[in-house]
Amino acid sequence: MATSAGKRPDPDQLLKQVEAEEARQWRARLKVFLGYASGVGKTFRMLDEGRRRKERGEDVVIGALQRKRDPAMDHLVELFEVIPPLSSGNGKDAIDLAAILRRHPQVCLVDGLAQDNPPQSANRKRYQDVQQLLAAGINVVTSINLQYIEELRAGVERITGKRVSETVPRSFILSADEIELVDVPAEQLLERVGRQPDAQSAAAERRRLSQLRELALLVAAEVVDHELAAYLKDHGIEQSLSTQERVLVCLTARANSETMMDMGARIARRFSGELYAIYVQQTSLGPGDKAALDARLECAREAGAIVEVLASDEPMEAILRFARAKNITHIFIGHSLRKGWWSRLFGNPVDHLIRDAEGIDVCIFPHAVGQASACPSEARHER
Amino acid sequence: MSDEGSATKGKLKVLLGYAAGVGKTYQMLEEGQQFKAAGVDVVIGYFESHRRRQTIAKAEGLEVIPRRQLEYRGTVFEEMDTEAVLLRHPRVCLVDEFAHTNVPGSEHAKRWEDVLRLLDGGIDVVTTMNVQHLESLNDQVFQMTGVRVRETVPDWVVKQADQVVMIDLTPRALLNRMERGAVYAADKASRALENFFRESNLVALREMALRQTAHEVEIREVDLDQFRRSARSGAAEDEPAERILIHITSHPETANLIRRAWRIAEFLQAGCLAVHVRSTSSRIGAEESEAIEKHLRFARDLHIETRVIEGDREAESLVEFARLNKLTQIYIARPRYKRWQRLFSTNPVHQIVRLAPDLRLIIVAERRAASAAPGPQRE
Repeated sequence: MATSAGKRPDPDQLLKQVEAEEARQWRARLKVFLGYASGVGKTFRMLDEGRRRKERGEDVVIGALQRKRDPAMDHLVELFEVIPPLSSGNGKDAIDLAAILRRHPQVCLVDGLAQDNPPQSANRKRYQDVQQLLAAGINVVTSINLQYIEELRAGVERITGKRVSETVPRSFILSADEIELVDVPAEQLLERVGRQPDAQSAAAERRRLSQLRELALLVAAEVVDHELAAYLKDHGIEQSLSTQERVLVCLTARANSETMMDMGARIARRFSGELYAIYVQQTSLGPGDKAALDARLECAREAGAIVEVLASDEPMEAILRFARAKNITHIFIGHSLRKGWWSRLFGNPVDHLIRDAEGIDVCIFPHAVGQASACPSEARHER
Repeated sequence: MSDEGSATKGKLKVLLGYAAGVGKTYQMLEEGQQFKAAGVDVVIGYFESHRRRQTIAKAEGLEVIPRRQLEYRGTVFEEMDTEAVLLRHPRVCLVDEFAHTNVPGSEHAKRWEDVLRLLDGGIDVVTTMNVQHLESLNDQVFQMTGVRVRETVPDWVVKQADQVVMIDLTPRALLNRMERGAVYAADKASRALENFFRESNLVALREMALRQTAHEVEIREVDLDQFRRSARSGAAEDEPAERILIHITSHPETANLIRRAWRIAEFLQAGCLAVHVRSTSSRIGAEESEAIEKHLRFARDLHIETRVIEGDREAESLVEFARLNKLTQIYIARPRYKRWQRLFSTNPVHQIVRLAPDLRLIIVAERRAASAAPGPQRE
């Protein structure tokens, strides 16, 4: 979290810039309600959003609704004009794209974003229909469950043991102007969607749902992180406001880095943060050192780190530059116990790092030089 | 809020948001209405309408325990009447603004203390708070927003909650609401818009709330087995136990140090001990000793165990203590470097590293406000 590099533009200028951007890049907006399981209340939230917009005078229609839904929502549904979906025999509906485009409302509510269209539809997937609505200038409010995001499918499958076939690419979700999380405790959801036969299976189900819930929260946080970075970039603000923990492990050719990597991976995993490992090359290495370094870099990659090799005569400067650019929150660095007259007189390089690491914690791992090292077996950093 | 347990301690549910106006109070009242509809005996202990029409409407039909009136310096303040709620003894009590500071003269200094009292009395509580009120995030919030939040809730209190739920709303929707004056009455709206509610801050706070909620889910539900194990041994079985020493001095950044170290200990499920080394030979001034006392008290308020040990050589005493107590990491505030310290071996970093090649030393940097934001302001 670099602060010194922060450069705030003048607010008036900022405002003008924003207004200009908004006028220039006017297009329809996509809002997504994200849930972690069916029954959390996404459809309700979508309809409620529609209601509020309607009350503000916007022209809102329903393009698609799930066939199976809570009758308690009927009074909300009745508020809207419904563009009847195109039914096919096998239980699949497609939104009537042509009819909606003709009707051209300001806002269209589209439930079940991940659904596949029946064969012979113009688009294979419902989200492609939504893309067309947006392109035509119709705002869309929609809902999706976590497991239908293509890139998360494998992770969700590990938790639930179930495979879903209908998915939406993550990039489409990231392209949404707004994503709102529908959060409900697993306990409450279980009460809502029906009790389990016995206490043991209820506990297992609750745990599964909680894992999904945590994943949904982290996915939403990631989306928000993207949004924040884009916002700051658009407004010419250089500083970071990111809330994510990011660990940087500084590797050397000779020193053992196993404990550092282990600990770094652990912090990154525990905080659902990011892990980086860098090596700053000053002089060319002998074949022995080169092999040792390559092994360490490989270990770092295996631990889930983003690995980079930098070339610089000023290693501490290079580390700090990198740390500021990546908004690092912890620097992990070894500290050799050698004490030459040079560092006594001019200060140890690690001292410089500590002094100049504005807003970044420095974690020192004292170590002797040249220990053997193997790949850490544990502490894989999985995202 | 399940059936069992009402005879003993009440259950706590925290509705977590990231700003005024995201809908925490509304959701709290909504849950109250659901309880009532299900035949559960529910009352409002305290709620703040902020003169919002929809919020007031949502409270309709719910029993309200009249607030207690207290006079302080000629002005009458209203607080939750905790004793009256206990006497009325409902199944569930709705208590808005968990982080609120009571007016001087109240029985408890903080509303969260009132809530703990209700829980002890066997009453379930649904309450609301914003993520920026969490003690351990105070410096990070300051760094991001330039606002030093004064009303905080210690993390151990939130940890008592059975459920933490994120009340999410996008910043754009929030800003729209504010512009229409739905959040604050119109006179306050423009001022609030100017500072705390800048969109970038809101986005950052929202991310923080999402991550915090994910963490709360993790420690309660997902990692249960590991969590139980860790309660016994200090860490999960497959990871070495970490134990953290926080060095307490008069250094002005010590509160930041404590919060930061505590947060890392919390996420690593590591043990945590705050230690001050008192010199036996040299005497310190009143101001310095007051600062040290304040920092020790702060650590204790966060439920961190504190120790004061005696010794003339600070680094040696610390390292010795760490070894005896099997601590693995030492957290210190970033030293104020003086030029002469580099020449000799008085630099605490050098001393500790030299004495303790088996321990890790973490130098915690101060968090400065990232933005040219307006000065400290109460949230």
